[in-house]
Amino acid sequence: MLELQRLANEASALATGAPGTSPEAEVARVMQICNACRYCEGFCAVFPAMTRRLAFNPADAHYLANLCHNCGACLHACQYAPPHDFAVNVPRALARTRARTYAQHAWPAVLGRAYERNGLVLAVSLALALSLFLLMAVALNGGLGAAPGANFYAVFPHGLLVSLFAPVLGFAALSLGIGVHRFWRQATPVSSGQPLTGPAAREATGQALVLRYLDGGHGEGCHNDDDAWTHARRRCHHLTFYGFALCFAATSVATLYHYVLGWPAPYPWPSLPKLLGVVGGVSLALGTAGLGWLHLRRHPLHGDPAQRPMDLGFIALLLGTAVTGLALWLAAASPAMPWLLCLHLGCVLALFATMPCGKFGHGFYRLAALLRHAVEKRQPNPVGLGAD
Amino acid sequence: MGADVLVIGGGNAALCAALMAREAGASVLLLEAAPRELRGGNSAHTRNLRCMHDAPQDVLVDAYPEEEYWQDLLKVTGGKTNEALARLVIRASSTCRNWMQLHGVRFQPPLSGALHVARTNAFFMGGGKALVNAYYRSAERLGVRVRYQAPVQRIELDEGRFVAAWVGHERITAKTCVLAAGGFESNRDWLREAWGQNARGEWPADNFLIRGTRFNQGTLLRHLIDEHRADSIGDPTQAHMVAIDARAPLYDGGICTRIDCVSLGVVVNREARRFYDEGEDFWPKRYAIWGRLVAQQPGQIAWSVIDSKAVGRFMPPVFAGSQAATLPELAGQLGLDEATFMQTLNDYNAACQPGRFDHTVLDDCHTQGLTPVKSHWARRIDTPPFYGYALRPGVTFTYLGLRTDETTAVHFGGQPSANLFVAGEMMAGNVLGQGYTAGVGMSIGTAFGRIAGQRAAAAARHTEAAHA
Repeated sequence: MLELQRLANEASALATGAPGTSPEAEVARVMQICNACRYCEGFCAVFPAMTRRLAFNPADAHYLANLCHNCGACLHACQYAPPHDFAVNVPRALARTRARTYAQHAWPAVLGRAYERNGLVLAVSLALALSLFLLMAVALNGGLGAAPGANFYAVFPHGLLVSLFAPVLGFAALSLGIGVHRFWRQATPVSSGQPLTGPAAREATGQALVLRYLDGGHGEGCHNDDDAWTHARRRCHHLTFYGFALCFAATSVATLYHYVLGWPAPYPWPSLPKLLGVVGGVSLALGTAGLGWLHLRRHPLHGDPAQRPMDLGFIALLLGTAVTGLALWLAAASPAMPWLLCLHLGCVLALFATMPCGKFGHGFYRLAALLRHAVEKRQPNPVGLGAD
Repeated sequence: MGADVLVIGGGNAALCAALMAREAGASVLLLEAAPRELRGGNSAHTRNLRCMHDAPQDVLVDAYPEEEYWQDLLKVTGGKTNEALARLVIRASSTCRNWMQLHGVRFQPPLSGALHVARTNAFFMGGGKALVNAYYRSAERLGVRVRYQAPVQRIELDEGRFVAAWVGHERITAKTCVLAAGGFESNRDWLREAWGQNARGEWPADNFLIRGTRFNQGTLLRHLIDEHRADSIGDPTQAHMVAIDARAPLYDGGICTRIDCVSLGVVVNREARRFYDEGEDFWPKRYAIWGRLVAQQPGQIAWSVIDSKAVGRFMPPVFAGSQAATLPELAGQLGLDEATFMQTLNDYNAACQPGRFDHTVLDDCHTQGLTPVKSHWARRIDTPPFYGYALRPGVTFTYLGLRTDETTAVHFGGQPSANLFVAGEMMAGNVLGQGYTAGVGMSIGTAFGRIAGQRAAAAARHTEAAHA
């Protein structure tokens, strides 16, 4: 009996991992348990990808981590989840590793540390500080008392806005592009090394656009508060993503109007930029409000608590951008316009500025992982179990 | 705190009974011994249900007719079964899945590494804990009252009629009762007593690991048999027993602790000698006998030894094995006598006949002139690195239970109780006298759990009518 107890203690030590192990080592530990169980294979892409491996090196851990959508299904279904000695929490291990993916691939490297500091307080303070800065600039020029009905460019000349926003957005795009490219280069050799094909690209893009892996594998949704399924997260994410896309489209159309057709803003209601912007703004506001609400109600074992501030910061900036944008549209003719404009531009600028070190990048990293998985799954399984 | 139907237990059979009774209009109280996060008993560790079907059905391919299912059961139990009850389970398994889906259970295609049961077994999406979660959600939605950390120590009977159950000092009355509180496998003292002392002076059960819940203490089973003289069935040493990794935790190691490389190498005991044909048949048909085989070895321990040719051909084990560049080095790591170990391995290697190795069929790689023989997949163990995995008997659940019939009524002196019913592991021994075949435990629990719930609700209505 004593020997048995010793063996059991050893097992428990082996299985729970020494304290202070890296997130990647925790993924390797957890995946070794999962690979011997496999009950969760039907939920998402992580587990089919896992069964193609016998060992989990850091590059595998990062690849699997970004395939995970943190739906929670495998946590609630897990016979080894806490309080079991094995303390398996796949979504948490993978979420912690995702944070490392973002930090490790960040460009320039200093932004890697910014990921850790990014949070709700920082995001809101940044938005407010930028708004205040803009307000002071306007005030100095006596623009806060602008006549009702004045257009935005009377407050901020178009050229000034472009010279302010274009570099920030351009830098965000470059930084994220380099980060995702680095991740792609890391993930490719561990996911068959084969190049991306048309069918694989179509499949993965489709999965990303419909959030296939928030459907629970049975199509009835993922988890939020508890072990019950819900479509709420998926729907709120759709409202957020497509709302953001419409707002982006509104700005793009307006840019074309400005430079190609020579039609400067403001645009009347109804017009294409206005329609896209208003529908997108409402959708974005509803979606982010919903995601924020769901986020506060999330089961305490879901995901990585250390990243919650970053998630909420991103949600807050999107919500702030949407709400101030809509308010600006409704109050364009009122004396509050310059104030709202500064607030809106402050939110947008903060959103752009935090893009390379915040939650915004998750979609690109996840799409990259889905693309690699779509390539990998089309190759023969390198692990051929005799029993099959 | 009374109810029409009291369900004692919180696993699959108990939940099926509670749901059926509630659907039949009864008020239902379910008492689960475990806290909420450990609820569901052994069902939380299961993964599938063995299902009869005459044509392909969603996740099930091909057909698995009643007769084939029955023959499989007859074979694994060596005839120690009850044909009427077995056929009842088999038929119920062909129709129960719609009802399961109504209560939120979802099925998934067979898992990789488990394609050999794609025809016979329907896999729960997410496994048994997801099934248990779904049933609890459904039960709560329908108004079943659930109490956790409520272990029942004893029940009151009046001439074979259930009167009340006791949880600590609390007396809970109900018109009828379903017992579905599991086997006694977690009760180490009882296991020790049942297995006794062997010729070597060892108490074999002291070295058993329990693959499932720690809450199956068999309290009510013993209470019913010893104090209420309920009719029992089965041998207390018979159980679903698998050879598992010796480093598995004492309880709840579940599926991941199994060692699936036995048929790809050799297995030696503490004396470094082989003791059984590792390649007798496909592993899925043999895994359930290896627990007993190891239990019969000195120290109740054995080692599965493979070489690097086997790596990747079996389900990856949860713990890394001992690894060595040479066989003598491996013997040292495993703590085995090197001379005997080398003798065993050299004899085995010399006896391997040339053949075409194919793990997916009963191939022609076998030994000649060796005792015991290895009938299939016998390849020389000669390619380093070499690996060794220590094995212990792992008990899934015990078969000693309460005797019953197609009504699931508990019997006293051959007479059925009018309002006390039994389901799940507490009566699985009626169908499983010995042996096991994957997924049949859940088929038994579902079939008899549902009948017990229905009967208990009907009996409660009957009581009402009698008192009206």
